Amino acid sequence: MNSPVLGKDLLGLETLSAEQIRLILDTAGPLKEISERTIKKVPALRGMTIVNLFFEASTRTRISFEFAEKRLSADTVNVGAAGSSVSKGETLVDTARNLEAMRIDMVVIRHGASGAAKFLADRIESKVVNAGDGTHEHPTQGLLDLLTLRDRLGDLAGRRVCICGDVLHSRVARSNLWGLKKLGAEVAVCGPRSLLPNAIDEMGVKVFDRIEAAIEWAEALNILRLQLERMQGGYIPSLREYNRVFGVTRERLDRAPRDIIIMHPGPMNRGVEIDSDVADGPHSVILDQVTNGVAIRMAVLYLLAGGRPEGG
Amino acid sequence: MDSILLRGGRVVDPSQNLDAIGDVLVEGDAIAHAGSPLGEVRRDGGLMVIDCAGRIVAPGFIDVHCHLREPGREDVETIATGAMAAAAGGFTAVCAMPNTDPVTDNQAAVGFIVRQAQRAGSARVYPIGAVSLGQRGDSLAEFGEMVGAGAVGVSDDGKPVASAQLMRSALEYARTFNIPVADHCEEPTLAKGGAMNEGVVSARLGLKGIPSEAEEIMAIRDILLARRTGGHVHLCHMSTRGSVELIRWGKDRGIRVTAEVCPHHLSLTEDAVEGYDTNAKMNPPLRTADDVEALREAVRDGTIDLVATDHAPHHYDEKERAFSDAPNGIVGLETALAVVVTHLVVPGIIAWPLLVDRMSTTPARVFGLQGGTLRRGTVADITIFDPAVAWTVDPDTFLSKGRNSPYRGKALTGRATCTIVGGRVVYGDGRREMGDGR
Amino acid sequence: MARTLRRMADEIVERFSGTEDLILVGIQRRGVQLAERIAGYITEREGAIVALGALDITLYRDDLQTIGPRPVVGKTDLPLSLDHRTVVIVDDVLYTGRTVRAAMDELADFGRPARIALAVLVDRGGRELPIHADIVGKRIQAPSELRVDVLIREVDGEDGVVTVPREGEG
Ligand SMILES: [Zn+2]
Ligand SMILES: [Zn+2]
Repeated sequence: MNSPVLGKDLLGLETLSAEQIRLILDTAGPLKEISERTIKKVPALRGMTIVNLFFEASTRTRISFEFAEKRLSADTVNVGAAGSSVSKGETLVDTARNLEAMRIDMVVIRHGASGAAKFLADRIESKVVNAGDGTHEHPTQGLLDLLTLRDRLGDLAGRRVCICGDVLHSRVARSNLWGLKKLGAEVAVCGPRSLLPNAIDEMGVKVFDRIEAAIEWAEALNILRLQLERMQGGYIPSLREYNRVFGVTRERLDRAPRDIIIMHPGPMNRGVEIDSDVADGPHSVILDQVTNGVAIRMAVLYLLAGGRPEGG
Repeated sequence: MDSILLRGGRVVDPSQNLDAIGDVLVEGDAIAHAGSPLGEVRRDGGLMVIDCAGRIVAPGFIDVHCHLREPGREDVETIATGAMAAAAGGFTAVCAMPNTDPVTDNQAAVGFIVRQAQRAGSARVYPIGAVSLGQRGDSLAEFGEMVGAGAVGVSDDGKPVASAQLMRSALEYARTFNIPVADHCEEPTLAKGGAMNEGVVSARLGLKGIPSEAEEIMAIRDILLARRTGGHVHLCHMSTRGSVELIRWGKDRGIRVTAEVCPHHLSLTEDAVEGYDTNAKMNPPLRTADDVEALREAVRDGTIDLVATDHAPHHYDEKERAFSDAPNGIVGLETALAVVVTHLVVPGIIAWPLLVDRMSTTPARVFGLQGGTLRRGTVADITIFDPAVAWTVDPDTFLSKGRNSPYRGKALTGRATCTIVGGRVVYGDGRREMGDGR
Repeated sequence: MARTLRRMADEIVERFSGTEDLILVGIQRRGVQLAERIAGYITEREGAIVALGALDITLYRDDLQTIGPRPVVGKTDLPLSLDHRTVVIVDDVLYTGRTVRAAMDELADFGRPARIALAVLVDRGGRELPIHADIVGKRIQAPSELRVDVLIREVDGEDGVVTVPREGEG
């Protein structure tokens, strides 16, 4: 039975409507309180089996999903396929067949290839939650970022948010971009052009070449992690220069015309894309993001689990 | 001597400016007559009469670029199944690219393909030899030996000739044998890791893009080297407006450059990748609507000389993967004619004689092959097709072993009904209604 | 309705001999407002503030798979420890008893009350579980084809009890 509000799967924010996104955020709000209880568990998903299928190592996201599943009383199985000797593609199609045979209710998948979550969703009847597919989308991260921003700013319509850093290789950036735009926010990106998609100008966002200009404009910065491999890939010359030119530092923020909300999906490279005193500063909501991550994932799992809305 | 009379078709032969309702008479393996209606024909030997009313009778189509996978991947395609698929698509001859396992880079390997093709007894198969030994891009293969065994050109297709120096040598050395050097134009460092056209769709889908410039840089490099050497460079599967403009620049200066385009680049755009459909993954990738428009126009004005399929069968499982992990290529032999009819003739971009020219006459001329004409006394390689029949593509009925087609379920117009090679019917019975299904 | 609620307030105080250790827990949504109003009457009568809580039982329902989730989960807000206290669950309509069962499951996750009681504005009969109300505002025998709705001015703009035919509910 497909969810009446979300359909069968959650694969990305590009395909969700503003109403669907608001509904997930509205559901996550009250769920946050469950994590404050002595018994941090409700029986909502009792009897459901959820497989966490992580082809890429990602401790944070996996743990966040696991907490969400356990707090809703689902039975969970973790499958880590990273480091398997079988090539990625073969593993995926075989895994799909095996999962189908095991009659599980939901799969949370993290995979290094863009489109992998959809690939799986098209081939199994179980519901699929995308926990990050290649450089495509990471919808629950996008949603938790939206929730964190909404907690601070209220309605996001007309709010100015800048995504900073390696947008080219970032699934977080894409999910944020679609989610923010759907809720009516103004979205900008800032980073070296070698780390922005060439077609960024056609994606309906502002582009800042200098971080100073982004800081002057934005009400919130979502600072992406800079993968250290990008240096070897020839995209940037050095981490030191990256920090010099694009790093979000105290000095730069001090010159901003307003207080700016600082977000980071983690894990951070302190001293590269973000300085420690910014990450730990008064306007950082990085830990709220972590808290909200569990609530958002509970909301997504809960909403996907059900059938028709609003019973008697 | 057996004879075949093709009665009452529209005979279209651009090599002799022929386009009229009439008859074609085949005697033995040669054409005895093509054009005006013949009266009653009597022959002492067997005479087969094929009613061609409503059909177009044309010199046999020639595909100068396909991958038949034998030797090495006979599970995916063989020379026999590829030749039969070609015949079913209206092709009387195809050129087989050398990126097999082992690579076709020597006389014996070329001879193997020639013999397998003879044994299959369907469409003709001409081997193309490798430019470099093992297609490794280091040192030249023995062009002379390979040509002696039947090779009609050289190419490292599957990958580009990355070294400009090697390409230069190949163009120079090929002059002795008067064969084209066919290059897969792809600047390897720009294209590395790419899975589709670079643009807004790749940005949205999170797939690494291959920019147009990866093709165009190599196209202009090859054109300039052809100018320097006087060699004949043939540019495979052109996909961008920029390439068209560069080729036009080269031709305007009398440089010996010829170029081909594939039916998929004339009909599909990068939007087909949406939903991560691996049957829309090929190299070069599907580009934009603007590129498609430029390529169609280039087919019309001759900047692009000919249409070739780049037929590339893959095993079902190999395409059943995440997009970035799936192999490039689609099958094309059995849909090429219909795609060109549907996307170029039906919208009025080209007329029938030009279609026949781009699929038969010019391919024969560019690669120095027999056929491509219905002139009296030439080899009787003939394609008869229904120009108006509408059908729905069902890859499960293909004679090719490959099923990887982006046209599955698409409605197309035009289909071969009979294919004659060397005076022998190798496909169709001449009057079978070729609607949906087969 | 005011008179009924006032009477219920009286009964609660008499039955549990005072307001000490008493906590009224309304079930989302209308039970929450009813609990607030009852607490108001108790304060008028006794001059003491009564502890209040709110309970959303959405995540404790046993019928998620058949009816699907409500799109939005309400807030559960139980400000004090429940241990050794008398908890009075307040709801608008008592019908099958499943909501109350879910509410008791949820309360058990928050602590161990000395006693749990149930106060409802309307008992319409039709129980599917061995549950009964301790304090009832009004009893109606409604056939199962009918739905009994309580209207309250905080949510619906007016107070009242209406009976409407069910349409396509699971
Ligand atoms: Zn190629
Ligand atoms: Zn090829």
